[in-house]
Amino acid sequence: MTSLSAPLNVEFDYTRSLGPVLGRFITGLRDRRIEGIRGDDGRVHVPPVEYDPVTARKLTEWVEVAAAGTVRTWTWVSEPDEGQPLTRPFAWALIQLDGADTSMLHAVDVPSPDDIRTGMRVRVRWAADPVGSMHDIACFEPGEAVEAQAGQGEAVTMVTTPVRLAYTHSASAEETRYLDGLREGRLLGQRCPVCRKVYIPPRGACPTDGVPTVDEVELPDHGTVTTFCIVNVPFLGQRIAPPYVAAYVLLDGADIAFQHLILGCDASSVRMGMRVEAVWRPREEWQQSLANIDHFEPSGEPDAPFETYSQHL
Amino acid sequence: MAGQLAAVIGTGQTDHTAKRLDVSMGGLCREAIDRALADANVDWPDIDAVVLGKAPDMFEGVMMPELFLADALGAVGKPLLRVHTAGSVGGSTANVAATLVQSGVHRRVLAVAFEKQSESNAMWALSIPTPFTMPVHAGAGGYFAPHVRSYIRRAGAPEHIGAMVAAKDRRNGALNPHAHLKQPDITVESVRASKMLWDPIRYDETCPSSDGACAVVIADEKTAGPGAAWITATAMRTEPTTFAGRDQVNPRAGRDAAAALWKQAGIDDPLTQVDAAEIYVPFSWFEPMWLENLGFTGIGDGWKLTEAGETEIGGQLPVNPSGGVLSSNPIGASGMIRFAEAAMQVMGRAGAHQVPGARVALGHAYGGGSQYFAMWTVSANKPS
Amino acid sequence: MRDVAVVGFAQAPAVRETHGTTNGVEMLVPVFHEVLGALGLTKSDIGFWCSGSSDYVAGRAFSFIAAVDAIGAFPPINESHVEADAAWACYEAWVKIQTGEVDVALVYGFGKSSAGKLRRVMTMQLDPYTVAPLWPDSLSVAGLQARAGLDRGAWTEQQMAEVAARSRADAKSNPRAQVKGDVSVEDLLARPYLADPLRRHDCAPITDGAAALVLAAGDRARELAERPAWITGIAHRVDSANLGGRDLTASPSTAGAAKAAGLDHKVDVAELHAPFTHQELVLRGALGLNGSRINPSGGALCGNPMFSAGLIRIGEAARQISSGQADRALAHATSGPALQHNLVCLMEGRD
Repeated sequence: MTSLSAPLNVEFDYTRSLGPVLGRFITGLRDRRIEGIRGDDGRVHVPPVEYDPVTARKLTEWVEVAAAGTVRTWTWVSEPDEGQPLTRPFAWALIQLDGADTSMLHAVDVPSPDDIRTGMRVRVRWAADPVGSMHDIACFEPGEAVEAQAGQGEAVTMVTTPVRLAYTHSASAEETRYLDGLREGRLLGQRCPVCRKVYIPPRGACPTDGVPTVDEVELPDHGTVTTFCIVNVPFLGQRIAPPYVAAYVLLDGADIAFQHLILGCDASSVRMGMRVEAVWRPREEWQQSLANIDHFEPSGEPDAPFETYSQHL
Repeated sequence: MAGQLAAVIGTGQTDHTAKRLDVSMGGLCREAIDRALADANVDWPDIDAVVLGKAPDMFEGVMMPELFLADALGAVGKPLLRVHTAGSVGGSTANVAATLVQSGVHRRVLAVAFEKQSESNAMWALSIPTPFTMPVHAGAGGYFAPHVRSYIRRAGAPEHIGAMVAAKDRRNGALNPHAHLKQPDITVESVRASKMLWDPIRYDETCPSSDGACAVVIADEKTAGPGAAWITATAMRTEPTTFAGRDQVNPRAGRDAAAALWKQAGIDDPLTQVDAAEIYVPFSWFEPMWLENLGFTGIGDGWKLTEAGETEIGGQLPVNPSGGVLSSNPIGASGMIRFAEAAMQVMGRAGAHQVPGARVALGHAYGGGSQYFAMWTVSANKPS
Repeated sequence: MRDVAVVGFAQAPAVRETHGTTNGVEMLVPVFHEVLGALGLTKSDIGFWCSGSSDYVAGRAFSFIAAVDAIGAFPPINESHVEADAAWACYEAWVKIQTGEVDVALVYGFGKSSAGKLRRVMTMQLDPYTVAPLWPDSLSVAGLQARAGLDRGAWTEQQMAEVAARSRADAKSNPRAQVKGDVSVEDLLARPYLADPLRRHDCAPITDGAAALVLAAGDRARELAERPAWITGIAHRVDSANLGGRDLTASPSTAGAAKAAGLDHKVDVAELHAPFTHQELVLRGALGLNGSRINPSGGALCGNPMFSAGLIRIGEAARQISSGQADRALAHATSGPALQHNLVCLMEGRD
């Protein structure tokens, strides 16, 4: 059977504190100046490294290097990707700047792979509007260094690095069956063939037996609050104004509780053992999601005795 | 204890705070490492292997950061192992480093754990909406608060216990130069007056979000000199996050790990035989919960030890003399800090938060939905 | 040191895309069943579990947590996890057995590479201050390494294609391989570049997969296997992260790991974890392999499930011993950009 899948985007702008070494280097780039650091073996590292690769000692001796150098190796990018220095095909290269003993990775702007070779001389093309980042070097281009207008300003101590990664998230076959059921307003659990416990959602592997749950069990939309908390704190992306109750609800016939909201009563009146029933959203809004149940609310039945749910805490 | 003898010969920590904007990730790790090497009186050539622990890579936005940190960690040309066992990782990392010595593979191992939460937002990384999973809209404490309520109900604990733990740990934190939060004047009343966030958990009963790192140097019998903290037992146990009938208040993985630990350490009455305990308590109520889970008290009696003041410095079992996770929480490092602080106690190097005469101490960490447990015992007495 | 051997191994088919979750459960359930079933063991016989996987491959924090469901991890298990290829989990398990605390360990790895754009995901391994912000991807980093060797005369495109052709031919006898078949070097070299100087055949495919391996000590190993693959040495080393500061055509960490593992004479067979053709050439040089059979399984070029491909090398090399086809075998695993971190495991059969 086909499993459900949907996009999962992992996106965040990371805020990186640079510390003294990387901070000085990035500040230099912003000011159109490239500085390296001398290692314990005398090699000048560009970009600078904070700690010597051989001795692990903290490095402190700075050396200014040229804004031009030699391509030590390269590779071709025919389809540039998001965030890369150039939007047209370009070469990546490891470039050893004059005065440096190590090479830095950056883009070289040449029209085709025929226009670059190892040993070629390249120079920095500075970004028009430096901000304090590796992108202050827009890229490299063939040629020798030219005098650049040096800038000066506040030290750069932080860089912001956007990360955008796109994934496809898939549900398991068992979870897909459950989600399809939800679209029809049905709560479909499955029983583990070994321990006979009823899981909702059903599982690709029963967590205690390591085999998929199989026999389908349709569950009612009412059950018992096992335990809960009252959410009083506002936070990003919140849907309801606090205070409200997030509770574990054990559906009748299920052997595992799931978390959901309890509304339709004072938060302070919610109790362990309270009997609740689902309040569904309008049928036309139903999707493959437990959110089709907007929340649970008290059913008015007498509370369940502690012994009936004490094994689910 | 399994294998050959191993001992902690030095520990180091950063000065933990919300945002360490003055250092890079490498710089943060090195602050702890350099202090640990100095404390152990060893230098880089003495280190045979490095083990790094950290919670999810998405916190810092670097996949397997130990790779780019290899140079800063002094690991080039050496073995470098990365451990990740959720929130227990700092403890697991120390345990894995210990096995590298106990196995006879290495003589001196550097274990490091860090978290630089200010690079991102831990809440974001933990709550990226997963398709087909309904968000519960409960926030950070929403996962644990219901289990705290279950504990209170099951144990019949009075409401002020959580506040007692919080006030004690924050006061202890004020004695610890590395602690993120230092609140010498906090009281049970002030904690109870703080905002209720996830009823039954109040603001002052929750851990902060910290940047920080911790390092320990573990050495073999030949290398460890007098004053080392001998590792007398290690244990790790895992169970699934959720399953039918799971005991979320007193998880069996924790009970099993503790039983294995006490047996290995030759401890049959932990409450009288352990002098200090550094227990992973990110929400105050987890102190009584873990006291029971670890077997320091019977079921339902953990809160009584707290209420009697026996978990304060000077009590029968000082718990979190360092101020604990409630005072500093660089997630990936938090477990190792517990392990390091336990070692510091038996080495007599805990400064103002030293438990007088501590000879045997526990380091404890847990993670995930209370499903990963890591612990060790250390002793001033060399096992015979 | 205790005698420890690989006594069991199982692997999910290496495929371009599976339809399950990123937590590995669907791939792992049959693999556990196979590896334990073949040994007549149950989960309660396993003293220690250790796994390798990556949150960034899954696109989710704590992605490895749900994988223990595939074990049925209750009663609780003695377990650890590395955020690295499961070959390093194997190392951790071997160390654990050396302490004497346990006798039998199960190691597993999994990854659903198809969930994201793998070459871009791997950018997240690079230095986050000076390299990753430019978004070079894993193919580009490998391309820089390949060109460095080509320009220096360390290898040729012909030799690279020969590696691909030999691997694909060998993979024909591997039922789990993703890419296999007879292809001529001339044909391969006539194809276009993917990331000049790399052609498609120079790069491992994108693979979803999982694998599990069982280690056992001494008599327990002899009970469980007719011909255990005894580990005579296992070690790993890491190189500097500074791509422009090290010689990309050499692999000192591989050589260092081999030395530490005790590689002092010829092995019959070597399973090398080389996701790019030129990397096999680097590794052969670093290990000084002459006359050894290389990658009879087809290697990672014929199926590269992230975070288990290194473990699979150990499993495949062990299989060569247990089947009697080899007496001495070497397995290698790599991690990180441009062969930064390398592990060597030496095994032998004893009659």
